[in-house]
Amino acid sequence: MLQIHNLHVNVAGNDILNGIDLNVRPGEVHAIMGPNGSGKSTLAQVLAGRDGYEITAGSVHYLDQDLLPLTPEERARAGIFLAFQYPLEIPGVANVQLLRTALNSLRRARGEAEMDAIDFLEFVKDKLMLLGMDDSFLFRSVNEGFSGGEKKRNEILQMAVLEPQLAILDETDSGLDIDALHVVAQGVNSLRNAAHAIILVTHYQRLLNYIVPDQVHVLAGGRIVRSGGRELALELEQKGYAWLEDKASQADNAADLMEARL
Amino acid sequence: MGNLDLQPHFDNEYRWGFVTDIEQEPFPQGLDGAVIRRISATKGEPAFMMEWRLRAYQHWLTLREPTWATVQHPPIHYQDIYYYAAPKTASGSKPKSLAEVDPQLLATYEKLGIPLQEREALAGVAVDAVFDSVSVATTFKDKLETLGIVFCSFSEAVREHPELVRQYLGSVVPYTDNFFASLNSAVFSDGSFVYVPKGVNCPMELSTYFRINASNSGQFERTLIIADEGASVSYLEGCTAPRRDESQLHAAVVELIALKDARIKYSTVQNWYPGDADGRGGIFNFVTKRGECRGDNAHISWTQVETGSAITWKYPSCILRGDNTVGEFYSVALTNHHQQADTGSKMIHIGRNTRSTIVSKGISAGHGSNAYRGLVKVLAGAENARNHTRCDSLLMSPDCAAHTFPYIEVKNPSAKVEHEASTSKIGEDQLFYLRSRGLSEEDAVNLIVNGFCKEVLKELPMEFAVEAQKLLAVSLEGAVG
Ligand SMILES: Nc1ncnc2c1ncn2[C@@H]1O[C@H](COP(=O)(O)OP(=O)(O)O)[C@@H](O)[C@H]1O
Ligand SMILES: [Mg+2]
Repeated sequence: MLQIHNLHVNVAGNDILNGIDLNVRPGEVHAIMGPNGSGKSTLAQVLAGRDGYEITAGSVHYLDQDLLPLTPEERARAGIFLAFQYPLEIPGVANVQLLRTALNSLRRARGEAEMDAIDFLEFVKDKLMLLGMDDSFLFRSVNEGFSGGEKKRNEILQMAVLEPQLAILDETDSGLDIDALHVVAQGVNSLRNAAHAIILVTHYQRLLNYIVPDQVHVLAGGRIVRSGGRELALELEQKGYAWLEDKASQADNAADLMEARL
Repeated sequence: MGNLDLQPHFDNEYRWGFVTDIEQEPFPQGLDGAVIRRISATKGEPAFMMEWRLRAYQHWLTLREPTWATVQHPPIHYQDIYYYAAPKTASGSKPKSLAEVDPQLLATYEKLGIPLQEREALAGVAVDAVFDSVSVATTFKDKLETLGIVFCSFSEAVREHPELVRQYLGSVVPYTDNFFASLNSAVFSDGSFVYVPKGVNCPMELSTYFRINASNSGQFERTLIIADEGASVSYLEGCTAPRRDESQLHAAVVELIALKDARIKYSTVQNWYPGDADGRGGIFNFVTKRGECRGDNAHISWTQVETGSAITWKYPSCILRGDNTVGEFYSVALTNHHQQADTGSKMIHIGRNTRSTIVSKGISAGHGSNAYRGLVKVLAGAENARNHTRCDSLLMSPDCAAHTFPYIEVKNPSAKVEHEASTSKIGEDQLFYLRSRGLSEEDAVNLIVNGFCKEVLKELPMEFAVEAQKLLAVSLEGAVG
């Protein structure tokens, strides 16, 4: 479904991603872990199509097409969804208005009829129920005055409404209490099936107790330094990232040495 | 982020810019006593009206154009303007029924989306259509008359209800008020008149649609609305003009009078021709709008959506004379390309327990300049006055400007006056967030702008809210990518 090959990304003159390889198949859940500043959000934003990131090498394919030339809205319409680490506020715009506008943009792109306000309300109320969220969410301005946890839950609501084929969650679990964590897990697990894939960027293995990943990757210094099964997450929790970061800098040194020799 | 340029969203065509080819009643260029007498005579006005005009003219000669607003324009040559332009009619007077209205004019209004045939007209909206200097048709007049409501052109009111005109004209905006109000008082050609008698709630929205068609002509309309004790009325005003390279002057005066327990809601969607992308042409819109809550418990509410005109200079205001009176001002002003707006409100608290609210939303794009200018004045006798003012500016391009000039004068210590202001740029982050949900860049901009204006748009009557939203969307429409 998603093939990232040797992806190098430069932001404002700094190399942030230094050769990412990742292969995600339909039905899989991948967890990406790693210390702060290792490039996790950069990777997520590049996949969603944010401007200002220079791809200096490598390729990304999604459903057998080159993803990189697509605009953010084209990617969304092709089934990619990013739950933001820091969701934005849109004052004066009711959540329900954004949700319906977004869903109808996707439906139009798929050649489906738009959903009218009444049908949509029914549809979205089912989603709220599934997530154990209150109806009042719908009529508040998008993220305005929301607590951190409410913003994260709102991202999950958007995801549940848009039913993406590839969902990328950027630290959606950070700062959540146990109830909110359940909402996130519920949202992800209900999306999980043979056709959908999920990338979970997370700091803590805690979330992985509820959403069991197929693979865990550790990102450090803009590279995936280690991949494994879910036991890797438990190992990280015990040992921290330091031992891997050492390996990353060793790898850097090794690469420098190689370059020096050539 | 500072360089984010949303200009493509605003590069749209002005769709109301066509000209109607219709024969004009010729009138000499320029202004003097003779022209004023001739306007008055053409309209068959009583002597008091002509004398009032001449006094206004004499006063105007002593005044100079105000220069305090943050607007710049080439000098206006007052002697080059045609002060009266009317479509020629066979009988020389206002058509008695739609059957007598020139089909060209009916077609014009049709094209503007304002059908004047009552069976096709918007349900629940009575329309007075003003074309250049005269009112060409008023719909649902008879129906309103059965309730004692007078809704007619100003000229008709002068002839048929001179006692009401004489009592109220100039009682809120005297002809000495300011340069443009004086000029209007001398030369006003037509406009709308409304009188709602005691205890009557007007059952339909009343509206005037102003259309400038003639070139080199000024439009000077005058609107007078009186809600008698316990009456209520909601009035809507819309305006468009053809696209022309030279600028045209529009100097209107609107006076509202709400007596005891009366309520007036006045809404405007102003879409005069804004000029082209380089700032050529467009309407110079210098307007004096003021309402007085003359009796206790009266309520006046102004709502405006200003998207047109090269220059907008207007400050719809409320004089809160009665006790427990309420004044409100809700405004959206959008300036694009080289448009300039200096707009806001004045709330004058005179009575006890008077309350006022000002909500101003300025949107600047291109090289547009947008200023909020507001005065909240609490007089010594205004025990327990309350004002809340909120001014928000949204910047859409690196070259636009937003200014805020709040003036507060409080002479009574029990007053509570609050002022909040904010300036924000439409953010690349916000746009990316919305686009990552599948919205096009254009839809994303629209959504953000609509959200920004929501508090104001929700004040508009249904029929107009939809039109205003469309108009904002059209202004935001453009070739993306
Ligand atoms: N817009 C930007 N300009 C400059 N540096 C950036 C920008 N965005 C991210 N970075 C840098 O890229 C690195 C990776 O950041 P990020 O992807 O947010 O890491 P993570 O999500 O793993 O904490 C950090 O060193 C950060 O400072
Ligand atoms: Mg991050």
